[in-house]
Amino acid sequence: MQSDLITSLYVFMLAAFIGFEVIRRVSPLLHTPLMSLTNALDAIAVVGAIILAGEHKSTLSTVLGTIAIVAATSNVVGGFIITDRMLKMFKASRPQKP
Amino acid sequence: MTSVIVTDHVIEITYLIATVLFILSLKWMSSPSTARRGVFAAEIGMLLAVIGTLLHHGIVEYKWIAIALVIGSIIGVPLGEVAMTAVPQRTALSHAFGACCVTLVGTAEFYLRTPNVPRLMMGVLALEVILGSLTFTGSLMAAGKLQEILPQRPITYKGANIVNLSVLAIAVLLAGFLVAHPGNKALFPVIIAVPLLFGVLMIIPIGGADMPTVISLLNSYAGLSAAAMGFVLDSKLLIVAGALDGASGLILSINMSKAMNRSFTNVLFGAFGQEQSSAAGAQEARPVHSATAEEAAAILAAANKVVIVPGYGMAVAQAQHKVRELYDALSKRGVDVKFGIHPVAGRMPGHMNVLLAEADIPYDKLLDMDDVNSDFPQTDVALVIGANDVTNPAARTDASSPIFGMPILDVDKARTVMVIKRGMSPGFAGIDNPLYYLDNTLMLFGDAKAFVGAIVRELTGAGHS
Repeated sequence: MQSDLITSLYVFMLAAFIGFEVIRRVSPLLHTPLMSLTNALDAIAVVGAIILAGEHKSTLSTVLGTIAIVAATSNVVGGFIITDRMLKMFKASRPQKP
Repeated sequence: MTSVIVTDHVIEITYLIATVLFILSLKWMSSPSTARRGVFAAEIGMLLAVIGTLLHHGIVEYKWIAIALVIGSIIGVPLGEVAMTAVPQRTALSHAFGACCVTLVGTAEFYLRTPNVPRLMMGVLALEVILGSLTFTGSLMAAGKLQEILPQRPITYKGANIVNLSVLAIAVLLAGFLVAHPGNKALFPVIIAVPLLFGVLMIIPIGGADMPTVISLLNSYAGLSAAAMGFVLDSKLLIVAGALDGASGLILSINMSKAMNRSFTNVLFGAFGQEQSSAAGAQEARPVHSATAEEAAAILAAANKVVIVPGYGMAVAQAQHKVRELYDALSKRGVDVKFGIHPVAGRMPGHMNVLLAEADIPYDKLLDMDDVNSDFPQTDVALVIGANDVTNPAARTDASSPIFGMPILDVDKARTVMVIKRGMSPGFAGIDNPLYYLDNTLMLFGDAKAFVGAIVRELTGAGHS
């Protein structure tokens, strides 16, 4: 358990560094879609909720897990839809019309 | 038995691929030309991870999972279809949903495991639910303010900071107590309730103009709470996703507070409202130069280089499509038109860019503050639409101004400045803007949408060719 936690800390630290380096390079143009995308990624918490709801260990855990799936899934679906909608709007200049 | 082990390996591999795809998706977000590929990668990663999870041997009952996935999708679609002006409140709402998920899972895990929770794990679990629940109410409050269900102006009262900090301190102390006594079932609901209260109190004193910083900060909290959940469930995928989200939110909030020349503590604890009374006080009416749409159109048509500076007021007036027409009309006459965008223009980071992109303005014409500021001395006309404080030269020159030191768009260095404004009322921060009294400034009084429309009509013909 203890060593798992340490491994997890390493993973967290490395991921945080990668996050900083990768996200610093995101153009300010795209900061709004960036936020909605990371929001959707964050909703990967749905995997924890799915196991919780499916394991059926107690009524409480099933109920909370089910609500948690609803919340996370709406973030996944909504987040991806709106990010893509926004990105579709970003177009480069076309060559001047004749 | 071996099939369980094989399945577990398969699940781990889907998680690993999902992690790689998530990192790649953020990397591809660096430029608009690859960004949509990034979303696609993230979608595939998410799908793989969810399918992998459904194979988990511990799952005995699929009914509720299926129902929840369907309901979640039904709620998600309209949340993905909101208008672009409503994206900030939608984002705040999704932070609340994310935090809700994390808090609920944390709560369930506590009651399943107590009293056999190792101390360290209890600490992480407490962190998860504290961050989760304060992000939940904080984000709901932020969404309410952005949607204008709640008052946008900061609400302050004497001793507010002391009250807020005490509430937070109570939450931390209770968490400490729970770490010492992980079997205390009765205490756990309190550890959720107190941060829920703190989330509300934290957002009450925050005004609309500070929303970009606050949304980013809540974004970061949501990410960190998800990472904490990853620790509790020992899920590396969740730790990575949470860390990426946390890092992204943190970078954005640092950017936003730099752009306002304020520290986090100042944004969270020093509601702007307190500073404004003195600044807005003794203003005598000073003369300004004003111009009509016809005069403005003539000056714009004669210019070589025009920089348009949009602010949130443009979005409020729904003027972005008229601005696009102006852009088209001027471009057709061979005028070089660019847009100068302050990092805190709008209600969340990058909001203005999305609104202009929606109006079909090419993204290579949208310049951020650092790029456009060097252009102003060579610019013939700087046209300010619905922006105020971010163009206030007092931020550079007047050490007594509340916004002194805030990086601004140097529109006053352009040959002519035009400001479209309803009247002479001060901006959000309640600070008078000396820009309006400069000799090279022309005030265009009127509604942004109507005025830009009138300029476009002058430019496109109505008689002259």
